[in-house]
Amino acid sequence: MKKVPVQFTLNGEDKAEFVESGATLLKALREKIGDTSVKAGCQQGTCGSCAVIVDGELRLSCLTLAERCDGAAIETTGGLAHGEVLHPLQRAFNEGFATQCGFCTPGMIMAAKALLDGNPQPSREDVVEAISGNICRCTGYEPIIQAILAAARANSLSAA
Amino acid sequence: MELRKEYFADERKDDLKEIGQPRLRSDALGHVTGTTTFFADRNLPGLLHLKMVRSPHHHARIRAIDLSEAGRHPGVVRILTADDVPHNVYTILTLIQVGPEDETVLATDKVRWKGEAIVAILADSERAAHEAAERVKVDYEVLPAVLSIDEALAPGAPIVNEYHGQNYYRYDSGESRKVRFGDVEAGFAGADHILEQTYGSGPIEHAPTETTGCIVVPEGSGRYTCYTNTQAMFFTLDNTSIILQMDGAKLHMVGGTVGGGFGGKVDVIVEPIAILGAKLTGRPVSFIYSREEEMQISSPRAAEKLVIKDGVMRDGRIVARYVKAYIDAGAYSRHSPYGAQKSAAHFPGPYTVPNVWVDSHCVYTNRTPSSAMRGFGVTIGDFALEVQMDKLARLVGMDPLEFRFVNAYRDGDMKAHRQPTEGAALIECMQEAARASNWPVSEKYLQMSSARREG
Amino acid sequence: MAMRQGRGVAAVNYPTGMNLGGDPTQALVHSTPTGNFMVSLSSVDLGQGMKQIMAQICAETIGVPTDRVIVDTADTDTGPHCMGTFASRGTHRAGNAVIAAAREARQVMLEVAAEELEVNASDLDTDGAGNIHVRGAPQRSISIFDTALSAHFKRGRSISGRGMFLIPRSYPDAETGAMKPSTCYAHACTVAEVEVDDETGEVNVLTVKNIFEIGRALNPKMVEQQLVGGSWMGISHALYETTEPYYPSREHGGRDFNEYLMPGPGDLAQTEVIVLERPAADGPYGAKGPGEMCANPQIPAIANAIFDAVGVRIDTLPITPERILRALKANGTENAGLVAH
Repeated sequence: MKKVPVQFTLNGEDKAEFVESGATLLKALREKIGDTSVKAGCQQGTCGSCAVIVDGELRLSCLTLAERCDGAAIETTGGLAHGEVLHPLQRAFNEGFATQCGFCTPGMIMAAKALLDGNPQPSREDVVEAISGNICRCTGYEPIIQAILAAARANSLSAA
Repeated sequence: MELRKEYFADERKDDLKEIGQPRLRSDALGHVTGTTTFFADRNLPGLLHLKMVRSPHHHARIRAIDLSEAGRHPGVVRILTADDVPHNVYTILTLIQVGPEDETVLATDKVRWKGEAIVAILADSERAAHEAAERVKVDYEVLPAVLSIDEALAPGAPIVNEYHGQNYYRYDSGESRKVRFGDVEAGFAGADHILEQTYGSGPIEHAPTETTGCIVVPEGSGRYTCYTNTQAMFFTLDNTSIILQMDGAKLHMVGGTVGGGFGGKVDVIVEPIAILGAKLTGRPVSFIYSREEEMQISSPRAAEKLVIKDGVMRDGRIVARYVKAYIDAGAYSRHSPYGAQKSAAHFPGPYTVPNVWVDSHCVYTNRTPSSAMRGFGVTIGDFALEVQMDKLARLVGMDPLEFRFVNAYRDGDMKAHRQPTEGAALIECMQEAARASNWPVSEKYLQMSSARREG
Repeated sequence: MAMRQGRGVAAVNYPTGMNLGGDPTQALVHSTPTGNFMVSLSSVDLGQGMKQIMAQICAETIGVPTDRVIVDTADTDTGPHCMGTFASRGTHRAGNAVIAAAREARQVMLEVAAEELEVNASDLDTDGAGNIHVRGAPQRSISIFDTALSAHFKRGRSISGRGMFLIPRSYPDAETGAMKPSTCYAHACTVAEVEVDDETGEVNVLTVKNIFEIGRALNPKMVEQQLVGGSWMGISHALYETTEPYYPSREHGGRDFNEYLMPGPGDLAQTEVIVLERPAADGPYGAKGPGEMCANPQIPAIANAIFDAVGVRIDTLPITPERILRALKANGTENAGLVAH
C-alpha cells in the first residue's frame, strides 16, 4: 500500500507519521500514535465512540481520512487533563457517576467539549442534540446529560 | 433515587462504615481520562488479523472448499479450517456435564445457520484478511431450513442439528424441563374463569459499545496470553483448553475491563480460534467482531413463545397456572438448555398459585444461536406473565394492582419448584408503587406484609 | 385520531445466581507491608462496578477505609476461580467470598495487634479509619500501618485470608421439577405512563416509576447507575429492540446502530427510582443481585399502559408502531377487549 506522510498536532503536541493512503484517523491515532483514548465501537460512523475534535469541530475519526488531517489541530479525551487536574467535563462525569463500562465515555466527553467550546451555557435540549450521535448502552443517558450540564455550570462559576 | 429506609427497618442495621456509602468508583478516573485499558488498546508488532468466512445460507451441505485463490492473496499468512482444530465439535456447558457436544468451531460438512464460521483467514492487515475472505470459494448444496419454533416442532421437519437427533433439547425429564405442583386440572375444573393466551418475542441483541473480541500473544515461555473481554475468565480458559486439547497451564487469560456485556460475552467463540492462530503462526493474533458481526453473528437473546393458561376465581385468586414455554435456541445449544430450565423454575412468577404445570422447551432452528442475555430465561416470561395478570384482573373486574396483592407470594409459601419463599418483598414494592404513583388501592392491601399472612 | 394516555403496572421478582453445575467464586486477601489490602479475584467487571464494590466489602469487613483496598481481578494467573459475571451473581457470590477472605485476614491482623498491645485479640476492634484499639479503651491503640509492619518484619505473620462461596449443584427432579436454581430474590414494581398516537402508532413513555427491592444498596450511587440504566433498557426492549423485526423472517435484521433501534438521549422517559432494602440472609451485607431484574418490569408495564391508552393488546415484542396500528385497524374503533394480536 502507498504510504503518505501526515503531520498534525494532537492535544497541542506535534505528530508526524506515515499512514496508508485511505487509512482512517481512528487507525492513525490508535495504531500509529498510540492514543487509545479514541475507541473503535463500530467503524461505521454510528456509535460516536471514536469522536475527536478536529480544528474545533466534532468529527467521527472512523469516517475521517488521516491524510485529510494534515496540518490540523486534533483534540482527544486522552489529552484533556493537565497532569492531575481534570477538565470540568471529566470531573463532572466522574463525580456525577456518568460512566459505567467507560467505553463510550471518551467519545461522549469529546461531543460535550465541542458543544461547550461553542456554547458554554447550553440548555438541556442543546446537550441532548450534542450527544445524539453517541451510543451509551449502560447509563440510560440521563447521568451523562446531567454531568454535561454540571460541567457547564462549573465553567460559568469559574469564569465569574 | 430515593432509599426508603422505613421499609424493613427492623430487619436491617444501618451502622456500617463503608457499605452504604456513595464512594466514587475507583475505575471512573481511568474512564474519564481515556486511560482505562480495554483488551484492544494494545499495539503489537507483527499482529495478525483474523477474519471469518461465513455461511450465506441458513442450512447447507458443504461439498467443497477452495482456498487456492485466498491463499495466494498478498498479506495472507495462514488459513485455518476445521482440520486444524483439535477438538472441533464442542459445547460450552460440557464443563459442568451438560451435553451433548453439538457445535463446530469451524464447519466441516454442514452449516446450520446463516453466518456460521467455516474458514478463518489470518493476514497482516484487516484489509488483506477481508479481501482474502472474499476469495474463498465454498460449494454449497442448499438444504431446507426451519426458521421458527413451530416449523421446527412440526412432524417431518428437517433436522437442524444431528447431534441432538430431534429439534429440541432432551432433558432427563423428556422433551422439556417440567414443573408439576398440585393438580392443575382440578384447579381449572374449579375455576370461575379460564384464560389462555399466547405471547412472543423476537431476538434481542446486547449491543455493547465494545464488540466481542480478543488479542492473543504467544509468549517466549510457550504460553499464550489472551487479552479478552469475556464475562467469565476460567470458563473461557477451560473451554479453550478442551477445544485446543492444550494443557490449561499454557493458557493465561487477562481481562476484567469490559465495554459492556449484558450476557453477550459469555460464549467462548473468539478465544480458541485466535489462540490456535497464534500457535500455528507464532505471531500475535487479533480477532474482533465488526459491529455487523456483533449484531447478527454474536448470540442474541432468544426469541420465545409462551402459552399461559390460568384458572382464576371471581375474588381474584389464581387457582391454576399452566405454562408452555418455547425458547428458540437457534442451531446450537450454547447456554439455552439452562435458560429454558431457569425459565421453568421462574413460573408462576412472584405469586402463590396452588396448582402449577410448566413445560419449558429448548428448540433448535436454523438461526443464529441464541444464548444468555440480561434476564436470561426470565425477561420475556415476565412480559408474558405480567400482561396476563393485567388481562386476568380485567376479566374478574378487579384493579390490576389490587389483583396482584391478592396473589403475591409471602415468606413461607411453597413455590412450584418446591422451594419455600424467603425474603419476599413484592408486596412492599407494590405498596410503595401505589403511594409513589397515586394509584388508589384499598387500605387492606397497604396493611399487608411479605413477612406474614393476615389473620 | 388523537394522542391517548394510559397507565400500566407490573411486578416481578428475580433470582440471584445460576445454579447449574454448582455456583462457586473464590477470593484471596492479603496485606502489604504498610497495611494496604489486596483482593485477588478472577471476577469480571462489565461496567457494573465490581472492583469498587469488592473494595467496599473488603474494607467494611477488615475495618479500614475503602481507599486502603486494591482489587486485582480477572487475570487467571493471579486470581482464584470465579464462575463469571452473569445471572446477577457477581456482587452476591464474589462479595460473600471476599467477606470470608477478609474475615480471616482481619483475624490475623487482630492477633498481631494483640501481641503488640499485649491484650487478647478478642478484645480488639477497628475504628474504620486505620486503627485498632482495645474495645472500651480507645487510647490503647495501634495503627494498621504499624500492625502490618510488625507482621511482616517482626512477627513473621501473613495477614491474609482465603474465602470461598459455593452454592452446591442442584439436580432438578425429572418428574416434579423440584430444584434450587438460585438463591435470594430481588423484587420490583413499575408504573408506566404512556402517550400513544393512534394515527401513527407511536408510543411516548412519559414516566416510569420504579420501585426496586435489592436487599442492600452497598453503594447507593452505583445502585442508582444500574437501576436507571436498566430501566432505560427495559423501555428499549418494550418498544424498540430486535435483531429480527419480522421474526421468524431472517430479513431486515439490523447491522448497525442506525438499523438496530434504541431510545436516544432525546427519547427518555421521566424516570423515578425508589429503593427498598430487605437484607437477604445469605447476601453480602444483605445484598441481592439487582442487575438483571431492574430491566424487566418496564416491559409489561408499558404493554399494559398501551392497552389502557388505546385498548389493544400487543402480545409480541417489540411493541412497534406497526403492530399497534395493525391491532387498531383489526379492532376498528371498538374497544379491543382482551385479545388482539
